[in-house]
Amino acid sequence: MEKRVVFRSAWLPYALVAPQIAITIVFFFWPAVQAGWYSFQLQDAFGERTQFVGLANFAALLTDENYLYSFKVTALFSALVAGAGLGISLLLATMANRVIRGALAYRTLLIWPYAVASAVAGVLWLFLFAPSIGIITFALRSLGIQWDWVLQGDQALLLVVIAATWKQISYNFLFFLAGLQSIPKSLIEAAAIDGAGPMRRFWTIVFPLLSPTAFFLLVVNIVYAFFDTFGVIDATTQGGPAGATQILVYKVYYDGVKAADLGGSSAQSVILMVIVIALTVVQFRYVERRVQY
Amino acid sequence: MVENRPWLTAFAHAMLIAGILVIAFPLYVTFVASTRTLDDILTVPMPLVPGDQLWENYKQVLTAGTTKGVTAPVGRMMFNSLVMALAIALGKIAISIIASFAIVFFRFPLRNFFFWMIFVTLMLPVEVRIIPTFKVVSDLGMINSYVGLTLPLIASATATFLFRQFFLTVPEELAEAARMDGAGPMRFFWDVVLPLSKTSIAALFVIQFIYGWNQYLWPLLITTDEAMYTSVIGIKRMISTGDALTEWNLVMATAMLALLPPALVVLLMQRWFVKGLVETEK
Repeated sequence: MEKRVVFRSAWLPYALVAPQIAITIVFFFWPAVQAGWYSFQLQDAFGERTQFVGLANFAALLTDENYLYSFKVTALFSALVAGAGLGISLLLATMANRVIRGALAYRTLLIWPYAVASAVAGVLWLFLFAPSIGIITFALRSLGIQWDWVLQGDQALLLVVIAATWKQISYNFLFFLAGLQSIPKSLIEAAAIDGAGPMRRFWTIVFPLLSPTAFFLLVVNIVYAFFDTFGVIDATTQGGPAGATQILVYKVYYDGVKAADLGGSSAQSVILMVIVIALTVVQFRYVERRVQY
Repeated sequence: MVENRPWLTAFAHAMLIAGILVIAFPLYVTFVASTRTLDDILTVPMPLVPGDQLWENYKQVLTAGTTKGVTAPVGRMMFNSLVMALAIALGKIAISIIASFAIVFFRFPLRNFFFWMIFVTLMLPVEVRIIPTFKVVSDLGMINSYVGLTLPLIASATATFLFRQFFLTVPEELAEAARMDGAGPMRFFWDVVLPLSKTSIAALFVIQFIYGWNQYLWPLLITTDEAMYTSVIGIKRMISTGDALTEWNLVMATAMLALLPPALVVLLMQRWFVKGLVETEK
């Protein structure tokens, strides 16, 4: 869609886009180019000498077991966060779509976790699951479950998955609820008249019609799990124990900032950028399809 | 309601209430911990009813931080968070609205190029370009400053998109009428476009305020001076000493203070929040 009526000025439009473009160049493009450039270099420990090494950093990464392990952790982590988050919020949204009394109150009480910073969400759950003083740790122990995520990798992963999912439920819930409300009532009614029960109606009518929303949310949740959960991880497990919760973004940060491995960290940045670009393309191609639907 | 199935409605209510309770549980425990003494919390299991230390704990963190470790007052950190949230929200809105105004209402060479430049930033989240961005900001001498905290996060593809989409729906007749009446582009912007954009601006403001307040990685890198910490960073620094040494009562009071402002914004501006969320993610 293009506007036919436009204004004319030789300089004004440039002045109007200038602030946005200037910030974009200085803080987005220039650093991205530098990340690309560093990824071909090797720096000594003091950052004084650099050496061009071509693709050696990438080659080193792809044979580095820790890095490949981090890939696996990230895949498992995002699958769990997206799966749990979508499942729970779809259930809640379906229920909220059914009730009439108190619908707004329920919505209000379900959406506030969106406002909690991911690092704060991490701290809240960290406190509940703290190995010595946590109240849930205590409950688990009285059930005979030994809980100590500081030592147990899978428990640490479970902790960050719970914290990350908890924060994302409200977002998914709102989108599912909007999706459910846009399904024509006449379809549901027709199925009911034909004798289909609530479960049958959900699986044969509601769920297929909701699948575009679900797919959109799946992509958004994967992006969320990949990048926005940095705060959760850093405030709780910091990638540990033994890398069990070290997702890719955390490794970029850890290798670059804590371990000062500029080349390796930049090469990881470049790989992550490729992943983001792929996810964005998927998201946008999908949005176009959704318009047709 | 398609049919009357009372048991199913009752089940729906029960599930929703259960969901709300589970989701609110961490918040409740945090609140309880923030009203207790450290000794209360260290007893296993900790009591689950609020104590009487609310005033003492909150006064302590607001004016003086924790007693060991972080000693900067949380009041100051909340001010920093507020500056960051407001600067990012208003800055993003300001530079995005003028950029999309230019892109929609003008024809000029490189117009599409600029648009794509802004679009591509979607693919470069700060997490993937951490170190080079940090270097740029430190070379510019912006470490430990409000400018360094906010300026690099102000460019926004989503806000530019949102305004562009909205401007494309503004009837052509309005621009034509304005032009025939002799109004220049900026006059048209102030008197027609800006008033029409009010709801989009409000929706965007809510989303970006929360985004700015909750920033984590960037302030973690940029602030080394305790006086420049945001409240979220303050919490993280308070617990870094380990399980037994952490003053959990004070950490939890700080957590309550850090999550309350954005939560209030969501609850009080719920209508704009829902609108903003649904629109910015399209």
